[in-house]
Order: sequence, then C-alpha cells, then structure tokens
Amino acid sequence: MLNLEFTKIDMVEKNLAYFPDFSVSPRIDQVGIEERAARFTKRSIKKETKLNGLLLTLNMIDLTTLEGKDTVGKVQQMCYKAKHLHDAYEGLPTVAAVCVYPTMVSVAKKAVAGSGVKVASVATAFPSGQAPRDVKIRDTKYAVAEGADEIDMVISRGKFLEGEYNFVFDEIAAIKEACGSARLKVILETGELVTYDKVRRASDIAMYAGADFIKTSTGKISPAATMPVTLVMLEAIRDFYYKTGRRIAMKPAGGISKSKLALHYLVMLNEILGEAWMNNEWFRFGASSLANDVLMQIMKEKTGVYQGKDYFSLD
Amino acid sequence: MASSKNNTIKLKFDSARKYAPAPESRSAAKINARYDLFINGKFEKPLSKKYFGTISPSSEERLSEVADANAADVDKAVKAARQAYDRYWKKLSGAERGKYLYRIARMVQEKARELAIIESLNGGKPIRESRDFDVPTAANHFFYYAGWADKLEYAFPNRQAQPLGVAGQIIPWNFPLLMAAWKIAPALATGNTVVLKPAETTPLTALKLAEIIQEADLPPGVVNIITGAGATGAALVNHPGVDKIAFTGSTQVGKIIQNAIAGTPKKATLELGGKAANIIFDDAPLDQAVEGVINGIFFNQGHVCCAGSRLYVQESVFKQVVQKLKDRLETMIVGDPLDKNTDIGAINSKEQLNTINKYIKIGIKEGAEIYQSSAELPHKGFWCRPTLFTNVAQSNRIAQEEIFGPVLAIQSFRTDDEVIEKANNSPYGLSSGVWTDKGSKIFNLTTKLRSGVVWANTFNKFDPTSPFGGYKESGYGREGGLHGLNAYVKLV
Repeated sequence: MLNLEFTKIDMVEKNLAYFPDFSVSPRIDQVGIEERAARFTKRSIKKETKLNGLLLTLNMIDLTTLEGKDTVGKVQQMCYKAKHLHDAYEGLPTVAAVCVYPTMVSVAKKAVAGSGVKVASVATAFPSGQAPRDVKIRDTKYAVAEGADEIDMVISRGKFLEGEYNFVFDEIAAIKEACGSARLKVILETGELVTYDKVRRASDIAMYAGADFIKTSTGKISPAATMPVTLVMLEAIRDFYYKTGRRIAMKPAGGISKSKLALHYLVMLNEILGEAWMNNEWFRFGASSLANDVLMQIMKEKTGVYQGKDYFSLD
Repeated sequence: MASSKNNTIKLKFDSARKYAPAPESRSAAKINARYDLFINGKFEKPLSKKYFGTISPSSEERLSEVADANAADVDKAVKAARQAYDRYWKKLSGAERGKYLYRIARMVQEKARELAIIESLNGGKPIRESRDFDVPTAANHFFYYAGWADKLEYAFPNRQAQPLGVAGQIIPWNFPLLMAAWKIAPALATGNTVVLKPAETTPLTALKLAEIIQEADLPPGVVNIITGAGATGAALVNHPGVDKIAFTGSTQVGKIIQNAIAGTPKKATLELGGKAANIIFDDAPLDQAVEGVINGIFFNQGHVCCAGSRLYVQESVFKQVVQKLKDRLETMIVGDPLDKNTDIGAINSKEQLNTINKYIKIGIKEGAEIYQSSAELPHKGFWCRPTLFTNVAQSNRIAQEEIFGPVLAIQSFRTDDEVIEKANNSPYGLSSGVWTDKGSKIFNLTTKLRSGVVWANTFNKFDPTSPFGGYKESGYGREGGLHGLNAYVKLV
C-alpha cells in the first residue's frame, strides 16, 4: 500500500509500522448506523446540562464566510462577532475560529489578534479541488504564510471515486507537509461520496495520511453534515485512536443550524469518543447560522422568555 | 501497529452518564388505590376477599393493591366468558368483532402516555422503551388483528375457521401490556372469548386495559381479566370450561401446564424460555453489530425470552468487539425508569434480582472473567449493573441456562460449522442473530440454526405481521402474523 517516497516525507507518527488496505476499510450497515444515530436524539437535555452544552457549542463554532463577494469589511465584521457574540450576556465564550478564503487570511488575522480565536483558511482549490497538485500546494503555502492557524483542504473526490486511493492519500500527505505547523482539516465532501462505506474509507485514508481533523463537507453541496455520517467518522476516529494512540479532531459542517441538533451532536460525541473530545481542540461545528439560534436559547434560559431574532446581530 | 500502546489507551465516559434529570411526569397517570377483578364487564370484588400489594421495583413503593382470585373467582370468570361466547361473541360477524378491536387499538393509542408511565412504574422498564416500543406495538397488534377479523376466509382459503371457545391466557411480567395485546387481539379476532391472568408483579397495565375494554363497550364477559399468583394460574389451566391455554413464561411452568392438560381436549400454545445465540463474523459491520448485541441483551434489563444472551465472536475480531462492548457499556445510564435518559431500568422483582445475582456468582466461580459497567446504582429498589462474561465455555451454566437479566456470556469461534454447532447446542431454540456483510453466509446460517426467529444484521425486531415462537424447550405454536390466527381456530 505504501509508496516509499512518502515514508521519507514522514507524514505520519512513527508508530505506524504499516498502513491498512483501504479497500477493505470496515463496512457500515446503513440501517444500523441510522438507528444508532437516531438513538442519540432520544436523550433529553435539560437545565444545567442544556446550558453547559449551549455554551460549549458556541465555543466550538467556526464562523465562516466563503463567498466570491466577500469583502474586507464583511470579514472584519464577522471577526468582531467572533469575539463578541452577544455582549448583552456577560461572560459568553468566543467562537473557536473564523474560516475564510486565503486572500482574506491577513485581514482576519489582524481582526482577531489577541482574542484566542483561530483563523482557518480553506485551500487546495476549495470547494471543488479540481486543480493540479502543485497549485494546491501553493494555495496552502500562501494561506499559511498569511498567518492561517488551520487549513481546510478538500480531497479529490473524483480520484477517490475512481478507486485511486493512493493518489488521494499522497495528496493529503503533501498538503499536510505544506501546512507546516498549521492544523490540517480534511474535507471529505460526504455528499459526493454518497455511501457510508465510502465515508468510512475516506476517513481512514485521511487519518493515516496525516489529517488533524476530518470534516464532512464544504457547505456547498447538499446533503452536508448529517448525524449518521458524522457517527461513521467518529467511529473511524475511535478505531484509529485505539490502533495508533493518536487523537483526530472532528468537524461536521453545513446543515446544523438549530441548537437542539447541535446538542444531539454533542451527545453523540460524548458517547462515542468521551470527555477528552468535548472541547474545541477536538470538535468543531462548521455552521454560521447556528450561533444566533444558540444565543437565542441561552438568553431564553437566562430570562425565561424567547427574544425576537432581531435582537441578535447578523454579521 | 502500536499494539503495546493499546493497553494504556482508554476513552473516558463518566460525563456521558451525567445528564440533568428529565423525568416523565407521574401525574399524567391515574392509579387507583385498589383494583378488583374484571369479570363480565364489571370490576367485582373477589370471592376470596383477598388482595395483595403491587410495588414499583425502582423505589419499592406500594402503588396499589389488586385482588387475589381463588378457584371460585376463576370459575366465575370462565363462566362469564362461556356465557359471552354463547350469547354474543360467536354469533357476531367478523366485521363487528373487527370494529371493537379497532376501537380498543385507538383507545390504547389515546392513552399511550398514561399506559407507558404505568408500565415503567410497575415493571421497572425505561420509559424510552415503554413509550417507543411496548405501548405502540401493543396498539399495532390490535390494529393488525382487527383487520383479519372479517377476512378469515382469506387467511384459510377453502376452509372454515371456527373459534375454539374460551381461551385461558397467562402472561409474564416482562412485557405486561404487550403480551396482553398479543394474546387478546388474535383470540377476539377469531371469535373466542378470553380469561386473562397478568403476572403477579405487574398487573396494573392489564387492569388499565380492562378499563379501556369497559369503556370500549365490548359485550360483557368477552374479555375477563383476573389477577393473582401461581395458584390462580393453575386454577385457570385446570378449569374444565377452558378450551385453549395460551401461556408465555418459564419453561418450568410450561412443563407443568403441558402435564396438566395432557389427556384433555384443551389446545395450547406455549412461548417459553430462550438462550439466544448472537453470532458476529469478522466481516460484519462491527460497530452496528456491537449496538445490536447491546440491544439484544440489555433491552428491558435482559428480561426478554428471546434476549441474545450468548455471544459468539469470530476470533480475529474478538478483542476489538469486546473493547467496543465495554466502551458502549460505560455510556449506558442505569436508573430511574421514568427518566427519559435511562437506558437500563430496575430489575422487575427482588426474586428475579436474586436469581440474576446467583448466576453472576456461578459465572465467577466457573472461572469466567466478569466485566461490569461503572454506573452508580440507586440505593432503593432492585438493580443490576450491565454485565459481560468472557473466558466462557459452552459447558458453563451461564452459557447454558436462562438468566433473564442483563448478563452476556461471550465466547469466540473459528469456523462457520463450529459456531452453528455451538449455537444449536442448547435445549432452547427461540431466536438467534447473525452479523455478517456476506449474504450467502446469512442464508447458510438461517437454514441451519434451529430457532424460531433468526435475525440478520439486526436483533429484537418485532412486528404484528411476523410470527414469533420457538423450537425445542422454547415452546410451540406461533403468535403474531397469519400464523397467530391458527392457534385460535379449528379448521373445518
């Protein structure tokens, strides 16, 4: 499986003596995984558990703007919101990171300086990934040089679906090298992979090739993150952790806009990977509209009544 | 692979069991201080003049007291059923019988919340199960058999299906309302009348069902519900006016019933114990298989006759599966049955808890390795931690005898033939499960496993349209589906 050239690059922890045959990644039973995912939604989250969960959710959000029409002003506004989610409520956490295109990294970096909020940049010809490898590497290096703390790359879905797993593996490894000390999020774009078996296989390839995070979606394709897909990836992370001792972080992205759903994701995370993953180093929500819904719930917990949505800023 | 590291790697799940309490409100359920016998459409004081208390196994609190029917009460109930059979029920058209069943089904749905709460209070099972499984499935059974009532000529083409007469039905404490529905619905659909005895420890939902039947205006005496212990059941079985016995319960009592009715014209269906084998092959979707095994053994605290209490894992994935089972066990919440987050409720009775603890001691003595979750147990009530045994041999009692609790005995195997032989090496034959990604393997096993139900890549799935019943000492006769009608008719 392993191409010698890439052992030289030393992408992966030294304790990995060999790589598994990705064509035989564990199979996923569709009915079973969907039933299991539905079970987490049966948990009834109330009172202090709810409030803690909501605060944690805020702290796990990657606020994102990834549009052709992004301007410096828009990115700056979003960065302010990242630090000041709702100043009417004292002591709220900041979000985990802001996520922008490479050209906006320096703007964002300056805007969040000193706040602890990280700057993530998409790279590698996001969202399609349809570019030659050297272009993807330059894209990545540019974003890192501009100051990105995290790189969100996309895998080459076409190559993956053709069965060119070595190509996909090598590309991830090459981007990981280009990241230097920046953490690498590998976007599988599960909506284009379609089956759970393929999601599991792509997760295994990404983790063994050096991903720090595995991430469901770009947000540009529907369906984006779902609970069963996220569950497949969390179980892949667990199996990888037991085999190698390395923790991998998880980021479901797109399609999570309500607090209740976010709490269900946290229940799932807590019951699959346990306490060590329950923080924004190891779990993120890629969801911008989620923040205001969570804020609305938090204010309701505090005041006992719901406030209109116009009380929460849209940045 | 960093195998040396594996021993030190452990996930922590303590916080996964700590959710703020989310209890279902008890005030939505009305429980009378005392219940009489439901005979001839009315609640009547027992001739025995005796009552006994019924408690909540999760708090040991007394919920109510119910009548203790003696032989004279049983006689009264059977006579009422006979009279109702002769006077109304056998003369009524199938369509009319169906209408009553539909009405009962809808009323069970309307009172679903109250029934679920009482089921969890009186039996100890988690509200998640009584709300999402017991009560809806009970309603579905009434709906399903209501549909058959006027279509019996299609169920038995070219034959005439005649009712048997009076059915004496004795049901267990693990699914009190659901078992009542399983028994009553097909009996009424085919034109029989019923005397039903719920289990001694869990009479309340059956008595609620009696109230529903009364409110549905079923002709008096068509369904009679009498409470009591073993003696009441024996009087019912031995009563000469009963034409058919339907029993769900232990193999031991099943044998006694079989003895008692030998030489009489009484027909019987017996649904008895089990020691189901769940088999995981190395090509199975492991995480889903593990979840299936968990549901197979810990559903309803393991108080399930078809519980997957023996697990066979192919040796190449044995360690991995056991690790996954242990992790999953750690996230299971044991506690208040009325809390919506509870996964495992209270053991049904002190007596049953003693039996389970006896077997756990036997397992340890036999040299099996025990693993129990670190969940904290409440102080009052009857509780048992979910338990796994590894290093188990086929000759261990914990692998042979029905424990009827949250205890799983795990063994490994190498070849298909070996596991088929081991799975079949049991006096029971109620159910089994096969987990593999390979379709041909599923078909090979389903034809060779001697059990009434074989689930493939799932477990504990029930539907009114599907027959259920056992081989060997798991009993005979089928309940559910078209086959379930057969048990209540004579074909001419």
